[in-house]
Amino acid sequence: MNWISNVVRPKIRSFLRREVPENLWIKCPETGQLVFYKDVEANQFVIPGSNYHMRIGAVARLKNLFDNSEYEDIPLPEVAVDPLKFRDERRYADRLKDARTKTNLDDAVKVGVGLLDGLRVTAAVQDFDFMGGSLGMAAAEAVIKGLETAARRGTPFIMFAASGGARMQEGILSLMQLPRTTVAVQELREARKPYIVVLTNPTTGGVTASYAMLGDVHIAEPGALVGFAGPRVIEQTIREKLPEGFQRAEYLKEHGMVDMVVHRHNLRATLAELCRILTKAPAVKSRATLPVPATAQA
Amino acid sequence: MRSYLDFEKPVAELEAKVEELRTMQESGNAVGIEEEIARLEAKAKQALAELYADLTPWQKTQVARHPQRPHCLDVIGTLVTDFMPFAGDRKFGEDEAIVGGFGRFRGESICVIGHEKGSSTESRLKHNFGMARPEGYRKAVRLMDMADRFDIPVLALVDTAGAYPGIGAEERGQAEAIARSTDACLSLSVANVAVILGEGGSGGAIAIATANRVLMLEHAIYSVISPEGAASILWRDTSKAQDAATNMKITAQDLVRFGVIDDIVGEPIGGAHRDPAAAIAATGDAIAAAFTGLKHLDRAALRRQRREKFLAIGRSIV
Repeated sequence: MNWISNVVRPKIRSFLRREVPENLWIKCPETGQLVFYKDVEANQFVIPGSNYHMRIGAVARLKNLFDNSEYEDIPLPEVAVDPLKFRDERRYADRLKDARTKTNLDDAVKVGVGLLDGLRVTAAVQDFDFMGGSLGMAAAEAVIKGLETAARRGTPFIMFAASGGARMQEGILSLMQLPRTTVAVQELREARKPYIVVLTNPTTGGVTASYAMLGDVHIAEPGALVGFAGPRVIEQTIREKLPEGFQRAEYLKEHGMVDMVVHRHNLRATLAELCRILTKAPAVKSRATLPVPATAQA
Repeated sequence: MRSYLDFEKPVAELEAKVEELRTMQESGNAVGIEEEIARLEAKAKQALAELYADLTPWQKTQVARHPQRPHCLDVIGTLVTDFMPFAGDRKFGEDEAIVGGFGRFRGESICVIGHEKGSSTESRLKHNFGMARPEGYRKAVRLMDMADRFDIPVLALVDTAGAYPGIGAEERGQAEAIARSTDACLSLSVANVAVILGEGGSGGAIAIATANRVLMLEHAIYSVISPEGAASILWRDTSKAQDAATNMKITAQDLVRFGVIDDIVGEPIGGAHRDPAAAIAATGDAIAAAFTGLKHLDRAALRRQRREKFLAIGRSIV
């Protein structure tokens, strides 16, 4: 590595990123079928045909959620960068720099306030593309900020979780984000505003062991992997192959950990209705809901 | 029989020599070797003190996991009188990886919750090596709720490699159980003190260690993932566990600097396993001091202090 690869290459990469991959083909991870990226993007990143729910970026998720794709971008607190001066095969500081270039985000969580079918809500989104959506000080401060914003402004809070777990490069400080985010959940609870968690693929580790499992309502996207220990760790521990569908959204519903499994096309309408009912807002006819393919009806 | 860790080899050799001379002396085969024995003993003692004054994070990991290190039940057995262990989460089952109940600490009622690793093959299996399942955390929540209602302080004794990663544990909501337990700690309106006795492993530890005061034994470790786990994920090479232990900053001395723990409980020279009674006595004094320091806080203030303390962690690091 030299300064050229450190400084110039990421810049070139970020320049290239801005070009929309017009004629890119995407392979469905489930069926192997090839589909046009543009078709997938137009379908809220659900693969037409197989209904596989792909990961979705934080900004796209917020735009999909709020009326007219408009929202107030909540400024997030600054935190100490690389407090442990951590290095594994690479320096954590370099990994962070790369993740920022790759995603155009400061860290893994974004927070927005806007209207959802006319009702004001606060939402936070965890972007898996930013170091696996891992929970470090910055991401946790964002979640805390989101919960506090909802409590102060008196809005429901919607958390779109996606994470591999704690950010190991921040060591014990990442573990401390479990109780810290839980404090903020308690603040929202005391403000008596609904906390809705949307579990997306995948959500595991420290994130599920804290705020992602403390919602008033838990919704999971179809097929989402949700659990504390990852499947690989469990397989290594018990030396057995895991059953089909283990730790998937539908399995979690069967085992009482989520209230509903909702297709992404129905998510906005479901969230809007939930927020309205739980805040005793009058019914409105839901707008901007995409028709759901027959195969996705749950 | 004393078991030695690999880095204790120089001490082991000196002590073996002392033992050998003693046997000779007792059988009357040697005379006038008292001086030699005393000299070697002093040398062994000094070597041990020097070694333990400067343990690497990996060496501390080994000490923290030492099979003869005092465990939760040893501490309870000495410090808590009239201990009455409770069983079950009232939902599914009993998990002996977490022991809990009520008793008296220095004459006053106390609720104790802790991970027990076990001390023989049989008891290790019984306690699942201190790796709890959801039932363990749900039992902890049950006990904390009770303690809160009866205005009895809570003591948490932490010693776990982490929560158990198994099919049944996942099926019954391991993540949710841990989250609810942390939540319960943060809801307490009574004082709670946590002591990291040996290993403070990840979510399985924080679930009961979210306390007004967090203490840590001098050679204990506390981390987000085991050094082996970090090595396998970040280095993709389990042999890098030593590097992971160093880089992750898992020692009591590092954590007091980050404000993650409040105080360090000194261990006897050569570690708690050399003199468990002394280690437990020091732990008892530290626990008493921690509770005394919280005496002036009323129920609302205790809750506030705990929340503010955790929210402040990391905010002053630049």
